Parts: sequence; structure tokens; C-alpha cells
Amino acid sequence: MNAHDPHLSTKFDDGIAPGEELLHVDNISLSFGGVKAITDISFNVLKGEIRAIIGPNGAGKTSMLNVINGFYHPQEGSITFRGEKRTKMKPYEAATSGISRTFQNVALFAGMSTLDNIMAGRTLKMHKNFFWQMWRHGPALQEEIEHRKVVEEIIEFLEIEAIRKEPVGTLPYGLQKRVELGRALAAEPDLLLLDEPMAGMNLEEKEDMSRFIIDVNQQYGTTIALIEHDMGVVMDLADRVIVLDYGKKIGDGLPEDVQANQDVIDAYLGVSH
Amino acid sequence: MFYREAGQYKTSYEADSAKFPIRQDKWFIWFYLAIAFIAIPYFGGQFFLDAIMIPFLVFALAAVGLNILTGYTGQISLGTGAFMGVGAYACYKMTLAFPDVNIIVFIIASGIFSAIIGAFFGLPSLRIKGFYLVVTTLAAQFFLEWAFIRIPWLYNYNPSGAIEVPQREAFGVIVTGASASSEVRYLVVLSVVVIMTWFASNIISGRIGRSWMMIRDMDIAAELMGVRPLYAKLSAFAVSSFYCGVAGALMVFIWQGAAEVEVFDYNRSFQILFMIILGGLGSLLGCFLGAAVIFIFPIIIHNILPPIWAIITPWTMSSSQADLVAAVMIGVLIVTFLIMEPHGLARLWAIMKQKLRVWPFPY
Repeated sequence: MNAHDPHLSTKFDDGIAPGEELLHVDNISLSFGGVKAITDISFNVLKGEIRAIIGPNGAGKTSMLNVINGFYHPQEGSITFRGEKRTKMKPYEAATSGISRTFQNVALFAGMSTLDNIMAGRTLKMHKNFFWQMWRHGPALQEEIEHRKVVEEIIEFLEIEAIRKEPVGTLPYGLQKRVELGRALAAEPDLLLLDEPMAGMNLEEKEDMSRFIIDVNQQYGTTIALIEHDMGVVMDLADRVIVLDYGKKIGDGLPEDVQANQDVIDAYLGVSH
Repeated sequence: MFYREAGQYKTSYEADSAKFPIRQDKWFIWFYLAIAFIAIPYFGGQFFLDAIMIPFLVFALAAVGLNILTGYTGQISLGTGAFMGVGAYACYKMTLAFPDVNIIVFIIASGIFSAIIGAFFGLPSLRIKGFYLVVTTLAAQFFLEWAFIRIPWLYNYNPSGAIEVPQREAFGVIVTGASASSEVRYLVVLSVVVIMTWFASNIISGRIGRSWMMIRDMDIAAELMGVRPLYAKLSAFAVSSFYCGVAGALMVFIWQGAAEVEVFDYNRSFQILFMIILGGLGSLLGCFLGAAVIFIFPIIIHNILPPIWAIITPWTMSSSQADLVAAVMIGVLIVTFLIMEPHGLARLWAIMKQKLRVWPFPY
């Protein structure tokens, strides 16, 4: 990660080759009071893959993402990201180590423009101090423009040039989701967590979003972990799938294996006890 | 404004991110500055400068300070009056200790004391939000007011408990005290306010301002994007208090000439808060509009309403009655704005410009 060359096309060399383990989640258990949200789950995410997390409502998928980026602290278990083992981690530390995410309910900065929202994603890459900012002209403006170039690349990539200066609060839902992806992407993450990127979209928007996800994965080599309910999309996009139900892992493997797994079918269709 | 950006193409991101992207706006701002710096002191007259322009600018600066905290960072504060007081007392103590130093240096430096105190009282904001934070800032207000009364060292053991501004110079010109001319004092306030507003607009459009707005709009997402709430919130409190402190020092040293603790009480805090609510949260233009309405409007009513009343009705109205009418009107305005346009006059102005842009078509 070189601060002086902020072009997105520069891949970061973190010593992990594609196909090696990027994230390892080890025996995580999370409970809120007496409610066990996640029970003893382990899985890994390999560099460069698209990993889907699926499961019925309340299975603990979003809790899992919240654990990975430090928003919840699991009672048991540990997370190893890029070879560093963590038990308790703050969201800020997750962000600095290269984990970025989108939210199930769009969590954009509603009072700011599309451009500012995506610029916000580059917060960690900007370093000019308060006094340069105060003066603005000179180094701070230089930095701002350098990062603006990267942001413009993302805007072009996501085809949202027309809404560059619109306040995001006024945008339709599908575009908001796209801006949110752009914001997460602007941080140049090693691991991108997408929480239901296609929820509430129509077919066309889903197709667009799927294309963007694949492009992000292939063009920038970003590793993606995504939660999604649309099985068609999941089976097409994901390299490997993990299935949760009631906080337990009931399936893990290639999409076609998971599809054939009897536990998974039971979880989705329900069985008579 | 019957002009638009047609034909003004931007060929660099620098030009595109300029504060006044339309050329005419740039001309207008220089034009207004020229009026403020040349025409007003030349033609203004003593009453206009002393009673209207100087206090208006002082309040506008305090409003900029509070807007940084409330409008841009989303942390409501009722401690503005006290933070202004910290600036005023700090300036007073410093200039008594070093009488020969340029007073403008001390007016600016007094903001630093205010910033430290403000950041300290901003610590609760890391844990609590909304109304609860309002209560803790109100506690800051009452505690500091108490300190201004109970620590006689602050007002130099003056038996009246007031701080009286001594005569001080800047660049060989008398700036404070009874013999300073209105024009000089006006120009000092104007320069400070213009420069500090310019700095504020720079900070807001940069990384730090963006991190403040991220905290305001969605603090969870901000944290996951790498903003540390500790730094963002405390820096907002510090910068905001810096502005309020300088405004407080200007208020006592340049405008009033002497002050007792009452001028920094919670009424002052509310007054500044009403200015930014009426003017527009999250808008620098709004600070000036709000200060103008809250401060200048009652003066106009005070002077104009009684004669008009005498003409259109058979009864007479005293000027103290006119003040009551002004207070009622301000109250109605605030309630109306909170319901109809929470983003204040600045938003109304923006809507008006947008409508005029496409006039005579609706959109």
C-alpha cells in the first residue's frame, strides 16, 4: 500500500498468493445474554475467492460479519487475518488492516454527496494534518485531487457519473447500494464484506450488481465474502459457500455440494420433527 | 440570481472542487468583501458599526463555531456561552500579564485555552448522544459560569467582579479601550471573522471535515471506514470551542469593552443555538444569515415599529413593547423553521437559487 501511488490498479503485495488463506475464523461463539447467536463456527476465506454465507433468517450471518470486522466481540474463538491472530479488535483496526464492508440496510452518509461518500472511503489513505487542511491550497489540495482521481475511477467503474454531485439521501435504493459498494471499494480492501448487496432489487439491478461484484473480484483481485438470499445469484457468483442455521454451520463447500446437502435442504424447506 | 454555469467548463478536479464553481459567484463574493472592507467603514457611521456590524460579526463567528460542532459533527452543545467566556477571560489575563504584546495575538491565542476546555467537556460525547449530551454540556456551562464568579484571580480581584478592557494596541493602532475608533475595531473584527470563516470552510471541505460529517450522518459506518470517534469528536469540540473562544474575546475586547459573567450565561448559548437553527445547520452561510436575523431583526423592530404603529393605529407603542413584539416574532420564526425547513435560511436560499435557475419552468 503505497500512499504516493493511490491508483486502484496497483495491487497490494501482502505476501499472500491467490488461493492461500486470507482469513481464518476459528471456533467462534457469540452470545447476547442467554441468546446464542453463533455457536462454534470455523471457516476460512481464501485470497481471491468469492465466499458466500447463506442461511435462513436469524441464522447468524450478519453477526458473523460483525464479528469479522470487529463490531462484535465473540466470547470464544479467534480470527486470523493475513496471518495475524486477533481476539478482540476494534472496527478501526479492522479497517486499517484492510477489511471493508457494506451494510444490509444502506448506511450511507445521507447528508453528503455521492462524491463525498466515496471520498469518505479513502479517509484512511489521507494523511495531511489539520494545518494543511486549514490552508487547503498546496499539499492538502494536492492530496485531495490525487484521491479524487481514484474516486473518479471508481465512479466510472460503477457507472454512476451522472449522480456524482447528488446528495445520496435523494437517490433511489438501487443506486444507493451501488454508491455504498463504491465507498467500500474506495478503501482498497483486501477483504470486502457485502451484506445482502442485492436485497430488494429488481432483476436488472441484480444483474448489474452481480456484474460489478465479479468485476471487482477479477479486476482488482479483491477477496469477497458476501451474504445473499437469492440462491440463483449465490450459486452463480460464489466459489465456495458456507451455510448457517440457528448459529451453527451446517454446510461448507462448493455450490453444487451445498445444494445437494440434505441438512441444507432441510434447513431451507423445513422438516417435520 | 439569473446566471448559471452554462459555458463554464471545468477542466481540472481543482476547478471542479472550488468553493464557488460559478464565476459570477466568485465576483459577487469579492464584491461583498469590498463593500464590507471599504464601503461600510467609510459610510457606516458610528452607531451602525458599533451597535450592528461589530456584534453581528462576533455572533456570526460564534455561530460558525457552534455550527462546526452541531451542524457538521452532529453533537448538540449548550455550552457555547461558557466557551466564549473562557476565551474572554483568557485574553484578559494574558493581556494583563503582557501589556505590550499585540492584542490580536492574544485574541487568537485565547481560542487555544477555550479549545482545551472544550475538548475536555467534549469527553462525555464519546459515550452519550443527543439529549444526554446536551445536559452534560449544560453542566459545563454552569460549572464554568461558577468558576468565572468564584475564582477572583480570573477577573483580577476587581471588586465589581467585571473585567474591564484596558487600552491596547496592534500594529501601532489603538484597538481596544475607550479611545479606539469604531472603524478600527470594525476592521479588526471583520478581518478575524473573514479569515477564520475561510479556514473553517477549508477544513470542512477536506478530510477532517468529511470525517466530522461521517460521524454526524452514520457513526457506525464512519468507524468501519476508519474514522476514530475519539479523534473526530474531540477535534470537533476543540475547533468549535476555539472559534467560540475567539468570538468571546472579540465580544468583550472589541465590542463591549467590559463584561460581567452574565453575558456568558446560558441565554447566550441558546441565542447562538437559535442562530444556527434559523440560519441552517451545516452551512457557513447560514451562520451569517442566522446571526443577522436573531441579532439585527430585533434592533430594526425596536427602531421602526413604534413610529409605524403610531401612523397606522391611533395608539402609541413604546420601544420596550416593540422589543416584546420582536421576541414573539423571533420565537414564531424559530418554531416555523423547525417545522417547515429544518435546514434553515441557507436551504431556503439554495432552493430559491435552484428555482430561479430553471425559471420560468417548474423544473
